[in-house]
Amino acid sequence: MERIPILRMGDILLVTIQVDMYDRLAMTLQDDLTTRIAENGARGVLIDISSLDVVDSFMGRILSNISLMASVLDAATVVVGMQPAVAITLVELGLSLQGVKTALNVGRGMTLLRAMIESRTEETEDVGREE
Amino acid sequence: MSVEKSETLAIHSEQDVISVRQAVKAWAIQLSFSLVDQTKIVTAASELGRNAFKFGGGGSVKLEIVSEGIRKGLRITFEDHGPGIPDIEQAMQDGFTTGNGMGLGLSGVKRLVNDFKIVSRVNEGTTITITRWK
Repeated sequence: MERIPILRMGDILLVTIQVDMYDRLAMTLQDDLTTRIAENGARGVLIDISSLDVVDSFMGRILSNISLMASVLDAATVVVGMQPAVAITLVELGLSLQGVKTALNVGRGMTLLRAMIESRTEETEDVGREE
Repeated sequence: MSVEKSETLAIHSEQDVISVRQAVKAWAIQLSFSLVDQTKIVTAASELGRNAFKFGGGGSVKLEIVSEGIRKGLRITFEDHGPGIPDIEQAMQDGFTTGNGMGLGLSGVKRLVNDFKIVSRVNEGTTITITRWK
């Protein structure tokens, strides 16, 4: 079965989507990513969609789901590299990408992801101190 | 309105929806659509292709290059013989989705194209025609 590779870099998982997404492939990615977050104790997920020239409602919902599921598993998600034409189309389509953090490119995405992971860690430490 | 070129593709699997997307993209490029217009019509086709497969139990799609006066456009007709849509007015409302949340209201698709026409009969099927003019 076709799969999208997930690379591990320290406590971050990297996904670069370079093929035309069909629904089952997107669902498999969602399952694989959540499994890997738990297995590796990953704190962050970076998804590069710069090769995607179509993000329709289904793919948008998958990106939302991945972010929410990762968040429940205490990992932050950033989606990077959306093409401008895709952004215009998504907004006109009426898709909000609820809960999805985005960045223009991988570099900025990594910075954002690091900051998100740090603030999550601080929150956890604060709770620890209060107790 | 005259038709310059026409092709019909079947939609019986998820892979067929991808093929439809790729065909629409190729035709949009052939018509020298801007990148944004290409993306809009391909995304609209992706939504309607999925609907035809998932809710209409499969069907077919007809791609046409049409001309009217000096303007040219890409017209795409999706046809399925599924359960049909009982309340089109409701289905056209923003934010309307079917039970499993995997279908988007048709209103979003309508915003991506210039012309949008829907004909649906319960237990007979649904035909949706969209056109994007150059």
